[in-house]
Amino acid sequence: MSNAPQTPTAAQGIVIEEPLLFELGSPGRKGYSLSQSPHPGTEINHLLPPDEIREEIEGMPELSELDVVRHFTRLSQWNFSVDANFYPLGSCTMKYNPKLNEDMVRLSGFAEHHPHTPETKSQGSLQLMFELQEFLKEISGMDHVTLQPAAGAQGEMTGILLIHAYLLSKGNPRKKILMPDSAHGTNPASSALCGYHVVQIPSNDQGLIDPAQIDRLMDEDTAAIMLTNPNTLGMFEQDILKITEIVHKRGGLVYGDGANLNALMGITRIGDMGIDLLHFNLHKTFSTPHGGGGPGAGPVGAKKIFEPFLPTPVIEKFEGGFRINRDRPQSIGKVKNFFGNFGMLVRAYTYIRSLGPGGIRRISEMAVLNANYIKAELKDHFHLPYPGPSLHEVVFNDREQLKSDVKTTDIAKTLIDFGYHPPTIYFPLIVKGALMIEPTESESKETLDQFIATMKTIAGLARSEPGEFARRPLKSKVSRPDEAAAARKPKLRWTTS
Amino acid sequence: MEVPNDLLYTREHEWVRVKDNKATIGITDFAQDQLGDVVFVEQPKPGTELTRDATFGVVESVKTVSDLFAPISGKVSAVNTELEAKPELVNQSPYSDGWIIEMEIGNSKDLDELLTAEAYSAFIKEQGQD
Repeated sequence: MSNAPQTPTAAQGIVIEEPLLFELGSPGRKGYSLSQSPHPGTEINHLLPPDEIREEIEGMPELSELDVVRHFTRLSQWNFSVDANFYPLGSCTMKYNPKLNEDMVRLSGFAEHHPHTPETKSQGSLQLMFELQEFLKEISGMDHVTLQPAAGAQGEMTGILLIHAYLLSKGNPRKKILMPDSAHGTNPASSALCGYHVVQIPSNDQGLIDPAQIDRLMDEDTAAIMLTNPNTLGMFEQDILKITEIVHKRGGLVYGDGANLNALMGITRIGDMGIDLLHFNLHKTFSTPHGGGGPGAGPVGAKKIFEPFLPTPVIEKFEGGFRINRDRPQSIGKVKNFFGNFGMLVRAYTYIRSLGPGGIRRISEMAVLNANYIKAELKDHFHLPYPGPSLHEVVFNDREQLKSDVKTTDIAKTLIDFGYHPPTIYFPLIVKGALMIEPTESESKETLDQFIATMKTIAGLARSEPGEFARRPLKSKVSRPDEAAAARKPKLRWTTS
Repeated sequence: MEVPNDLLYTREHEWVRVKDNKATIGITDFAQDQLGDVVFVEQPKPGTELTRDATFGVVESVKTVSDLFAPISGKVSAVNTELEAKPELVNQSPYSDGWIIEMEIGNSKDLDELLTAEAYSAFIKEQGQD
């Protein structure tokens, strides 16, 4: 397109005020019909045990099916979705989910397959899981993969349990885990949950881990280091080989948070960097849905030494097909019922198969190109606290805008008025007023140009009309909820009074 | 940003008011401004023995969660129970009604390690340039 990109603005269509379900309906209205009772004339409390009868039923909504459908559909129209608009939050919260994934997971052979079906009648599902493990091994350079964990953070916990089990088998599980100060919050939480003491590593002035710090902190009480590569600033840890060597030489292990795998696929392999364990966020990297609480999937890749300890059961290939091996005496046990969130596995498998090796590499190339395009176009308008090379995401802050008292949160709220979901803000914690933008690989140049034009407009408004910012967004259904009051005096229950 | 002259400070953005053998501790005006609206303050029980640099509590705001570090060693002699119902005091009055704990000074040498108002002002100026 040769035309200059137009700055979009949000416009209000018909957005209907919606009462609570409890405030709708009419006494006696219902959306179900039950067959005639076989005991006509007998009160319900003579037919059911007393503890099954709720004494106080007043205030329950009484609605028809259509009332309920309209209520939730209207609420959904207040919402913002990646199917309708650009989300610079990136894979962190939602990257586009191709519709082919949804078609495949609805095939009746998958959708209606009960997890208790005998092995011989489950060969297709077992094959899919086995092959997905193989793909993830190839992409990551790991020797084994377990598909069980239900989310990235559960993958982290599984990884730390594997580290504990392995070190215990060698005689000493050790006590501490090293953690860069740029880490995702779940990393220290997972370590602490497994009983390890977290030791924070300060980043250097380029936003990277300094191997000298690892050399200083890595001792015989330290079980592992947990790191993300590229890190949460989107920067590649250039000394990763030195770091993993120091840790290994002193008997420690290296856990890789796979949150940013989107930047590396088909280009380099985490397993070749000396990283011993890695979780994959299928819902980030491999385009399975998330947001709204899941379900997610956080498979874990592991080097050979962890094989005996992997969660049980494991899926194996033999000459007659595929089987489920539950005879795993050294296993850390189950981390999720059955085989994890199977529907997510079907979607991730579909994504990988439909793109193929070349397409998988192209995801990472495009994710990096898109982020760097935004970085190049906006670096003169927003401050870059760490200006070094970055990959699939870019972190600005509000240093320039603060001169007219416009903060990161105000910039984020203003984006809503222009029809965009705000990006991640105030993370990573090492950047004051962080504004982290991750466009993902899916967005076209036109979309990026529009977004860039909008950000430049906002930078201009921050100089010309800074007073307006505290009131924004002006065009959304709800403007600024009182977050402090919601946290200080939360109302957790609806009551009639 | 307010930095009262009669207090001592830490690089973790806490202030210390020394009176006889007691030290009152809170977070600075700069810290409350960076954190945004404070919604919860987790405090230790009176009587808890703290060593310098140990975490003794947490300040949670709508934006982030931050540890509190003991600026000196000693025993917690009182905590500001007002903060339970009114965490916003930390924002409204960081140097007075928003105090967090009071300690008995275990080792007065610890006080020598703390920053003067002048040194702390220079420190936050440097921080602001990140």
